[in-house]
Amino acid sequence: MTHSRQPDPVVAFAGAAVRLGNRTIWSDVDLEVPAGEFVAVLGPNGVGKSTLIKAALGVVSLSAGQVRVLGEPPGGASRRIGYLPQRRSFEPGLRVRGLDVVRLGLDGDRWGIPLPLLARRSARGREKETRLAEVLDLVDASRYAGRPIGELSGGEQQRLLIAQALVRRPELLLLDEPLDSLDLPNQGAVAALISRICREEDVTVLLVAHDVNPILPYLDRVVYVAQGGVLAGPPAEVITSQTLSRLYDTPIEVLETSEGRLVVVGQPDAAATHAGHHHR
Amino acid sequence: MTGPATVGQTRLSWNLPGDLHQLVAYHFMVNAFEVGTVTAVVAGAIGWFMVLRRQSFAGHTLAVVAFPGAAGAIWLGLNAAVGYFGFAAGAALVFAALPRSPSGKGFSEESAVIGTVQAMALAAGFLFVSLYRGFLDSLTGLLFGSFLGVTDGQVLLVALVGLASLAALGLMARPLFFATVDEDVARARGVPVRLLSTVFLLVLGLAAAEVSQVTGSLLVFALLVMPAAAAQQVTARPGWSFTLTVLLSLVVTWLGLAAAYFSIYPVGFFVTTFGFATYLLAVGSRGLLARRGRQVRGPLVVAG
Ligand SMILES: Nc1ncnc2c1ncn2[C@@H]1O[C@H](COP(=O)(O)OP(=O)(O)OP(=O)(O)O)[C@@H](O)[C@H]1O
Ligand SMILES: [Mg+2]
Repeated sequence: MTHSRQPDPVVAFAGAAVRLGNRTIWSDVDLEVPAGEFVAVLGPNGVGKSTLIKAALGVVSLSAGQVRVLGEPPGGASRRIGYLPQRRSFEPGLRVRGLDVVRLGLDGDRWGIPLPLLARRSARGREKETRLAEVLDLVDASRYAGRPIGELSGGEQQRLLIAQALVRRPELLLLDEPLDSLDLPNQGAVAALISRICREEDVTVLLVAHDVNPILPYLDRVVYVAQGGVLAGPPAEVITSQTLSRLYDTPIEVLETSEGRLVVVGQPDAAATHAGHHHR
Repeated sequence: MTGPATVGQTRLSWNLPGDLHQLVAYHFMVNAFEVGTVTAVVAGAIGWFMVLRRQSFAGHTLAVVAFPGAAGAIWLGLNAAVGYFGFAAGAALVFAALPRSPSGKGFSEESAVIGTVQAMALAAGFLFVSLYRGFLDSLTGLLFGSFLGVTDGQVLLVALVGLASLAALGLMARPLFFATVDEDVARARGVPVRLLSTVFLLVLGLAAAEVSQVTGSLLVFALLVMPAAAAQQVTARPGWSFTLTVLLSLVVTWLGLAAAYFSIYPVGFFVTTFGFATYLLAVGSRGLLARRGRQVRGPLVVAG
């Protein structure tokens, strides 16, 4: 890997705003994510976290301001980005293997007909197969990757989709609630995995989460989306009882464990639904 | 048309070379096999994607829309194939222009619109047939299939349209598969999801029109859905199920044409029956495989 550390931020919003329907979701967003950072995007339901990710991808266009991603206008760097959309589940009847879905992350955007039998003869084809096996191993999904994806559990599907986002060694990971539908130990394991990839391969990570606890130990920066705007800062400044309680509009406590780890209590998720009703 | 009079006299002799010779003894039968072969390949390939994309209802409606096209063309004294293709392609473009639900998923909400179009198309086709005051035969032929009187011009047109459809499908196969299985990620990756969906509907319309000319407008499921659904039951490997779909489609078509030739019953019936039998076999064998698979779990093979 020869990423030279870019002095420019990997994601840069400047005076950005998005309107959907005829509602402004957020506006005046100035946000810079430096290369190699692990950043969490937090906030109540419906404030526009997913919209922020989609604006960075160029799938949703801005109504004001601008955004640059990996030095390019939105959409320009799509091949260097790994994306995991929010809460997808595949139809139970979908007769396509998990493996094939992961493989699409590798070459799904290439025109033409896939010819796996021929491709495996070439060096590049074998390299792809190796990478595929490697990434399945990384998320511990090799056991069930050969089964039709519609038959797999939500958590198993989620792991395959994380593998799909990782498979092309992206420089930027945009993950929309990747820990959703994982059990507690697996939330910890996947959070650790993502942070390891972030550190070892110098990948920038922008991760939307509702439960901040599993990722709290790894965070470089927290982005809060609330009340039509965005607030960013280091975790120590944002993850405080005061700030969280104000943003979610409900009492939230931040405690420190004996090992010095922070823990957020007061269920931001339950609070989020509450706050969501307020704003509507 | 010398077809009908002579066909009644053909007999299955249970002597394979002799029967095969009989099958291609008449020019109209050679034409029927040519149209059938092209149609089977096109229907299999496009049907495979259609089943995966859950657009069977749209596919069926496109075929039904081809019916007034064909009836209208006959009424105006034109080649029926022109009417089939023109109407199906036009309807495909209309469907593509329908606003999609914000969730972007398929045709669930548009199904009422598509159903309405289907009813209107059937009504209009019936009107054209009445205006033509032709034989009642032409109505059953259009709805349930007929292999008689396939002209050389029709063979050429079917072949050209078929090749063009296959070429378009080949060019977009992988991104279309991506957009079908995983639309959000495909769009984020820069795959032109909307454009692919439009082009696919157009190609689907052309395929439905081709199949209509063999099985009739009401029985297009026989070639568009059954082989693909059967193959996808048998295997979840895309490459294999795609190949199997095309093979099944070919076998079903050839058997259907041959059976219709040696009997007095319509080709649409036979093609549909063979397609249905294949589907039942596939579902049955999958049930068996699943039971066996639970006992012996093979190792994972990372291959397509
Ligand atoms: N296509 C659309 N048209 C109109 N409004 C939309 C559209 N898509 C999303 N919205 C609205 O934009 C707002 C932000 O949506 P978004 O999905 O970004 O929220 P979120 O913060 O990700 O919420 P959650 O925590 O539930 O995932 C919501 O109020 C939603 O209703
Ligand atoms: Mg969201």
